Amino acid sequence: MSALTPSSKPRLPRGVRLVHNEAQGGWVLLAPERVFKADQIAAEILRRCTGEVTLDEIVDDLAKTFNAPRDRIRNDVSVLINGLAEKKLLELG
Amino acid sequence: MSTNGATLNAPLGLLAELTHRCPLGCPYCSNPLALDQREAELDTAAWARVMREAAGLGVLQVHLSGGEPAARRDLEQIAKAARSAGLYCNLITSAVGITAQRMEALADAGIDHVQISIQDSEPQSADHIAGYKGASGRKRALAAEVVKLGLPLTINMVVHRANISRIGAMVDLALSLGASRIEIAHVQYYGWALKNRAALMPSREQVEQAVKEVEALREQHCGRIVIDAVVPDYYARFPKPCVGGWGRRSLNVTPAGRVLPCHAAEVIPGLEFWNVREHSLADIWRNSPAFSAFRGTEWMAEPCRSCAMKEKDFGGCRCQAFLLTGDARNADPICHLAPQHAHVAELAAMQIDTAYHYRR
Repeated sequence: MSALTPSSKPRLPRGVRLVHNEAQGGWVLLAPERVFKADQIAAEILRRCTGEVTLDEIVDDLAKTFNAPRDRIRNDVSVLINGLAEKKLLELG
Repeated sequence: MSTNGATLNAPLGLLAELTHRCPLGCPYCSNPLALDQREAELDTAAWARVMREAAGLGVLQVHLSGGEPAARRDLEQIAKAARSAGLYCNLITSAVGITAQRMEALADAGIDHVQISIQDSEPQSADHIAGYKGASGRKRALAAEVVKLGLPLTINMVVHRANISRIGAMVDLALSLGASRIEIAHVQYYGWALKNRAALMPSREQVEQAVKEVEALREQHCGRIVIDAVVPDYYARFPKPCVGGWGRRSLNVTPAGRVLPCHAAEVIPGLEFWNVREHSLADIWRNSPAFSAFRGTEWMAEPCRSCAMKEKDFGGCRCQAFLLTGDARNADPICHLAPQHAHVAELAAMQIDTAYHYRR
């Protein structure tokens, strides 16, 4: 597995979808035989994992949108992305 | 919302048993001994309605299963209906009878993920277990098609006495087929599997060895492939939280349209199942007597009633409690606290090398 770098363009692989479902109380990540509830922060990160933008750009965007320190955002985003990549729910691209 | 004092959640998953027809005869099949006949099967429009109603109820994932779901010529249409309703579509297949061309049509129809079962790493043994000559080769061919189409592939292997010593080789096979996920499922003894229990049951030593091996494989392949394991329960001390709790997370629709809390539920006598031909799925989920029967914890007897685990394992499996103790309200005897627990060890000790009763 390649490591996450600032220029990685993470994306949801085929067979993994982020959907919003009222009855289940919000955002959920759907994957083969698995369902993960995504909290607001996770959903904000995952919605940006389109394979089009780099990790750096995602961090910049989130830092700006939520007016939060870049280092902390970078750390949160990296932890989430690495964790999901290990479960095959995200490709680092 | 609540029934019987229990909170009513929205279900997450729907197991759609589209047909009981299947070219294979696996002796561990969890389908009931009395299979639904083709004439009794729901038609395309009814299944499409079930998919829409499921999505409306909050279901996120549908498992198109059977029998062999591809035995239905309208599988593409059903998949399309499920996907347009917003459901995540898992195809659970034996792979026998699906051509490359049909797989492509199914992918176009909206299948999100394909699960193919393998019976063993050694083709001859695999075909013997499946009761179908050449099954093994066809599975490998379809797996290649699935990967070629870019769909995620799960390889499912059901583990029992005849193949338990080859888990490592089966995982290697799954990897070579391009699987991104592996399910290692020890046989659960319902339906045909229960009928074949003595011929399938591994020894305690084999199971302990297998559990260790799976742990090591998980560690070895971490990040490369996901390994999910269904543990063998006859040798366990704690019961499985069967289907995540009765009527809590999932529902199962039989080929003829009966809606069950789990695929084995029809073995329990006295339960009244409602049919999608007469009721909406939402009505069934909320009000059908079979779903209400064991929802929550009110129905429990001791030792479950006062047990600290009752909200975690829900007393184990109702079907197994009935099958092994004669009363579905008893604790699942897999639990070491159940009075009938010792009986399970006696049953597990009955390992007899007889010919399989193939599922036909």
